[in-house]
Amino acid sequence: MSAIALNEVDPKKRRTLVIGGSVVGAVAGVAVAVPFIGSMFPSDRAKAAGGPVLYSVDKVEPGQLVTVEYRGAPHWIVRRTPEMVAELTKHDQLLADPGSEASKQPATAKNANRSIRPDILVLKAVCTHLGCVPSFRKKVVPADDLGEDWPGGFFCPCHQSKFDMSGRVFKGMPAPTNLEVTAYRFDGDNIVIDADAKGA
Amino acid sequence: MSNTIKQPIEPPIPGPAGKLIVWVDARFPLMSLWKDHLSEYYAPKNFNFWYYFGSLAMLVLVMQIVTGIFLTMNYKPDAKTAFASVEYIMRDVQWGWLIRYMHSTGASMFFLVVYLHMMRALLYGSYRKPRELLWIFGCMIYLTLMAEAFFGYLLPWGQMSYWGAQVIINLFAAVPIIGPDLAVWIRGDFNIGDATLNRFFAFHVIALPLVLLGLVAAHIMALHEVGSNNPDGIDIKKDIDPKTGTPRDGIPFHPYYTVKDIVGVVVFLALFSAIVFFAPEMGGFFLEAPNFVQADPLQTPAHIAPVWYFTPFYAMLRAVPSFLGSQFWGVAVMGAATLILFVLPWLDRGKVRSIRYRGPLFKRFLAAFVISFLVLGYLGVVPTTVWGQLPKALPLIGGDDLATWAARVLTIIYFAFFILMPWYSKKDIPNEKPEPTRVTY
Amino acid sequence: MRTMIRSILVAAGVCLGGLVSGDALAAGGTTVHLDNPHINLKDEASLQRGAQTFVTNCLNCHQAQFMRWGHLTQIGLTEDQIKANLMFNPDAKFSDYMTSNLDAKDAKAWLGNVPPDLTLVARVRGSDWLYTFLRSYYVDPSTPSGWNNAAFPNTAMPHVLHDFQGAMAKVVVGEKESHGKKEAVTKLVMERAGTMNPQQYDLYVRDLVNYLTFMGEPARVKRTQMGVVVLLFLVVAFFAALIVKREYWKDVK
Repeated sequence: MSAIALNEVDPKKRRTLVIGGSVVGAVAGVAVAVPFIGSMFPSDRAKAAGGPVLYSVDKVEPGQLVTVEYRGAPHWIVRRTPEMVAELTKHDQLLADPGSEASKQPATAKNANRSIRPDILVLKAVCTHLGCVPSFRKKVVPADDLGEDWPGGFFCPCHQSKFDMSGRVFKGMPAPTNLEVTAYRFDGDNIVIDADAKGA
Repeated sequence: MSNTIKQPIEPPIPGPAGKLIVWVDARFPLMSLWKDHLSEYYAPKNFNFWYYFGSLAMLVLVMQIVTGIFLTMNYKPDAKTAFASVEYIMRDVQWGWLIRYMHSTGASMFFLVVYLHMMRALLYGSYRKPRELLWIFGCMIYLTLMAEAFFGYLLPWGQMSYWGAQVIINLFAAVPIIGPDLAVWIRGDFNIGDATLNRFFAFHVIALPLVLLGLVAAHIMALHEVGSNNPDGIDIKKDIDPKTGTPRDGIPFHPYYTVKDIVGVVVFLALFSAIVFFAPEMGGFFLEAPNFVQADPLQTPAHIAPVWYFTPFYAMLRAVPSFLGSQFWGVAVMGAATLILFVLPWLDRGKVRSIRYRGPLFKRFLAAFVISFLVLGYLGVVPTTVWGQLPKALPLIGGDDLATWAARVLTIIYFAFFILMPWYSKKDIPNEKPEPTRVTY
Repeated sequence: MRTMIRSILVAAGVCLGGLVSGDALAAGGTTVHLDNPHINLKDEASLQRGAQTFVTNCLNCHQAQFMRWGHLTQIGLTEDQIKANLMFNPDAKFSDYMTSNLDAKDAKAWLGNVPPDLTLVARVRGSDWLYTFLRSYYVDPSTPSGWNNAAFPNTAMPHVLHDFQGAMAKVVVGEKESHGKKEAVTKLVMERAGTMNPQQYDLYVRDLVNYLTFMGEPARVKRTQMGVVVLLFLVVAFFAALIVKREYWKDVK
């Protein structure tokens, strides 16, 4: 005579109770997982380090490019001269995506200038091909290695992708899309780069 | 492990899950492990309250490892940034405060559970033949756990972390001849500093957890090799039901004890959560107030006390006076107090295993042992002046702290439980009660 | 067996009782009765007033190097309010920690000691002690600062809030026998009134201590609120587990 007598077992009742208990257990399991998985998201320190970056517009001379860091990536602020701005509508036939349909930018930058103000350009300085930082190449006379047609813009040394003075990529380049514009706004004298801003 | 080709089993459950099990079992001892350790591991049916603490200890071990891993994601084992990194976890890391409190509460709960687990062994003679090796593995787990807690406590780099480590490492310096060099070797420097912190981190995070996991595996294997004891201390394997080939008083661990242990787990988690969410500091016993001040080598806190689970041994250490100009005797007594546990199976000459059938001498000595351990624990927490001084008129001991002499007496009682056991356990034999043939509840 | 368990429980009870009692603090032999500030971490107005006091009076010498300005949103302030009313250093960013400009070397030279960081002071000393400390200063010409404190004898910190509280003196009001020795019984008596009366000052200090308690552990309110939910769930889980256990254990004879 063993200690286990299985003659009164109601298997349906047992199955229901086990399922009920397992549901409670599953809820507990999810509740326990939340803090652990949650703790792996950016901490307040990481969020603070990734906070908005300010730069005073007046510090940028006409024709000058300034580099600032935002969330670990270089960003350019360029004060384009009126000649540079005028160039932007003259070479659509050279560009892969003149209307910026495929690239990433806020609604305010979906134009030929790819910026809020026509003169100030704010771009994420990361080539959309494989992530190198392109060089700033103005239009020069006499022409240099970039040729007669070079309207001024950015040239990536890694695989020779070319972008115009709005960061729009030329046809036939390794880079697939125009350079990204991170959301920014003007706040008094400052440009504020802030990817988390509302309406970005 | 057989030397013939393994034949595939029948699917134990229907459907694709069953087929998967068959596939795995052809390549891994899945079903034999399941049977040997769960579904056909027959445990006595009369397990009581004292039998929850083994599975609870395993739960706490898993919790400490998981919370520990997530703490290690953000903790910095560098003397300049360690303390700040703990506050970073408490304030900046999402849910960091909860993970930290779970780990600190878990550390104290680990010892509470382990002490109760050991108490069960003393009550029911679970250390007796054929479970001596099981008991020895358990003692090794206890020592490893104490080391793990000691190394872990330095990591927050608070005042108590630093100075507590200072005191304990200086104990090693008290060892004759090799002491001071030994202390330098342990610290990795002439004083506790960054080198010490980093190596204690390595011990706490990976070295000792691996040792603990190995010892726990050995502990459970040793248990399952001979089978579990029970509150009556009788051997259920002596009474096998011929129809089933299993002990008459045994029940399969799964589903009966898996289901019962889950209830135990829920009750434990309720107590655990009450502490984590409502009193994580536990009046300064689980999180000591001076540890919220960053370690300062130039300033000693007013009161250096180890965490509560070490205090019985600390009280013993303080109680032993300096002999022949050396403090080492206190260290030796403290060490002996833990090491004497190992030889317990060979000190007990009684015939019966369980306290239920023991004679009065054993019961009194065990009660005295438990009380001495608890009161020593209290004395280790408070300053030695807590009970005032003995009247000066007394010869030899006049003017001494009463608490120091109480600790000395209690230390003797603690050791007497072990040292006199060969005598009193044998003397008790005529007064032992007859053991039942079948288990009782 | 039962008598043994009973005697163990009595011993444990005696020990625990001895440990949990007392609101007095022993510091170098003297015990001071600690007053209760009735901390309420849900009282956002009090916490905000305390934050203002802290920034105005304490942050000149002390730091709160683990507390971010941004975390003050947890006591109901907006970023603009914090920047306008609490952040006096124009170079400080909202995500910075609450540090002061007092150099540690200068502090040691001027005050004799580096003022300790206050982020965690409420967890180290306790709210009761802080509340008592800030209201127990008395005039003492024998110290370098001219001040002494009944809760923290010979502290290097002067009575920063003396304009508000006024100046108290330690007066001997009697004598008592203690451990076979005669000891003077003293009381702190207001000598020169400040701009606040005692009740106003007590509330002022209470708000500050309330804030310090919050700053020591910002997650505290969230912690206790979550605890209620967790324990309620575990009560439900207990019954679920117990029902399953009892069902299966019907098999065991």
